Amino acid sequence: MRSLGGNVNYPKDILVSFYRQMLLIRLCEESFVEPILAREVCCPCHLYSGEEAVAVGVCAALTERDYVFGNHRSHGHYLAKGGSMQEMVAEIFCREAGCSRGRGGSMHLIAPEVGMLGAAPIVAGTISLALGAALASTIRKDGRVAVSFFGDGATGEGVLYECMNFAALKKLPIIFVCENNYYATHMPIRECRVEREIHEIARPFGIESRQIDGNDVLQVYDAGLQAVEKCRSGNGPVFLECLTYRFRGHVGPDDNIQGSHTDIRPLDEIKLWREKDPIKRFGDYLVDQRITTQEELKMAREEIARTVKDAHNFARRTPLPRVEELEKYVFA
Amino acid sequence: MSSHRKLSYSLAINEALHQMMETDPTVFLIGQGVKSPWYVGDTAQGLLERFGTDRVIDTPVSENAMTGAAVGAALAGMRTVVVHPRMDFMFYAFDPIINEAANWYYMNGGKLSVPVVFWGIINRGGEQAAQHSQSLHGMFAHVPGLKVVMPATPYDAKGLMIAAIREPNPVVFIDDRWLYKLEEPVPEEIYEVEIGRGNVVKAGNDVTIVASSFMVQESIKASEILVKEGINIEIVDLRTVKPLDENLILASVRKTGRLVVVDGGWRTCGLAAEVSALVSERAFDALKAPVVRITLPDCPAPASATLEKAYYRTSTDIIQAVKSIIR
Repeated sequence: MRSLGGNVNYPKDILVSFYRQMLLIRLCEESFVEPILAREVCCPCHLYSGEEAVAVGVCAALTERDYVFGNHRSHGHYLAKGGSMQEMVAEIFCREAGCSRGRGGSMHLIAPEVGMLGAAPIVAGTISLALGAALASTIRKDGRVAVSFFGDGATGEGVLYECMNFAALKKLPIIFVCENNYYATHMPIRECRVEREIHEIARPFGIESRQIDGNDVLQVYDAGLQAVEKCRSGNGPVFLECLTYRFRGHVGPDDNIQGSHTDIRPLDEIKLWREKDPIKRFGDYLVDQRITTQEELKMAREEIARTVKDAHNFARRTPLPRVEELEKYVFA
Repeated sequence: MSSHRKLSYSLAINEALHQMMETDPTVFLIGQGVKSPWYVGDTAQGLLERFGTDRVIDTPVSENAMTGAAVGAALAGMRTVVVHPRMDFMFYAFDPIINEAANWYYMNGGKLSVPVVFWGIINRGGEQAAQHSQSLHGMFAHVPGLKVVMPATPYDAKGLMIAAIREPNPVVFIDDRWLYKLEEPVPEEIYEVEIGRGNVVKAGNDVTIVASSFMVQESIKASEILVKEGINIEIVDLRTVKPLDENLILASVRKTGRLVVVDGGWRTCGLAAEVSALVSERAFDALKAPVVRITLPDCPAPASATLEKAYYRTSTDIIQAVKSIIR
């Protein structure tokens, strides 16, 4: 296992906050497994477990004024950007108190007040939206940076290349964050792409591009900080390929193909990546470096577990949308 | 003085863009050819010189990304106008227009609206064939979450462009190159033509014509000939295709009892079908004759001028249709 490659000189509170945020995402994600299996949660959930270091590392490098756009697997992006967990859980239960008022479900999470401008499951569909947010920032000269989170599957969509070209042409402050988890739904990357080194696709556009260990929160944070700095100083865009792995299937707890209740990925591959669990790795690192103790981490876990439980309790007792309000947000 | 100042249809759009960009720093124009008269006629003239390349952005040939960027900028607080100088190319941009912009407000529970204008120009005739001729308003109007406007006159072109830019939600603004030289008095000040409101451009008692965009002008021509034969048609210019001004259409049909719907789009599942269905559902009792639709045939646009002549509908078709139901 590779050691953590990031800068070790960050203050303790920052380092511990990374751990807590990753754990919060993990525990929140895992809290949906039982409700999904019990059919209490019915909307398609693409769980982010295993990929937490990417969202936490990148979003920690941003401010609330910066913009983020997500995709179908965006619970982690929403939470890392500062979206309310209660509202997210309520949304996944499709309640009126959800962040999208029960109209969006798991795949449409939004928190404009903290710069999370939305998520959508049309693969690569939000990359151009982030491009536009970066363009807005350039027109206004307000220094904001836009981040587009997308998966390796999105590299098969032409619009990504259109966006990279335009971003490079105009030096837009956008960070393309590709979360390469090696599978586009059920399709292994080797069956989708001739060029498996995804970071290479940005180079023909003259975009600075890096491949990083997406399971190392410090490496992601370092890369994020550098990318944000480049963008803010007018030297964007930046492309980051983050190598990571989802611990669950494509959708639902285990389904790699919706409804099949199977994960087609090789067991030894899953085992290998489990050993690179970004949270366990970072927790061990914090303890080894004497930045914190196992006891403190255990207390953090218990506290976060309570927060997650509270969010579920909130979601379950809050009302469903009213049928009379089916067309409430329709204007044409 | 201003009420007598005449302006062409294309310069009326140009004036709307100048005035909105001048009065609102969040407005910007993006799209292919915005600095080329060859693409957009004189609709964008003077904008680049006045507002610079930050706010008048000519683009690579990347309709999907550029339209998505317009949507994303709108989500980030700008008021964006994205132009497609041939609306045929908008098919490349259906994802940002329909999946994203049209749905965003609803699917996010009203958290974020999308103030974007998708400006598509109908650019047909001259043997340009199937992919350089299409009118896609019926497709856009089918989608919840898009307003669709189609001005038929210079006055409406300016007023609807201003209203579209000020509208907090996505508007598809469709104009027609065949109207660009049309002139009439256009007020110099900023004004809006309300989205969702049609207009009776000619009153009459015998037959209601419902039309939009260029077909309003053909209907006016038809009315001038028909009136000499003692037939007084009433012309309802929809101006907005979605949401339809239902009450205006129904009131006119209740008055005349006869309806010819004239549309520059295809027949099946088109705008004319929608207007016909509205009237049969809500004013069936008022009808004295079957509704007649005048539309393009369900056929791609041909190149050959001979075939083009047979393809596009004109005042002659309207006159025939009116006479067929008045006997």
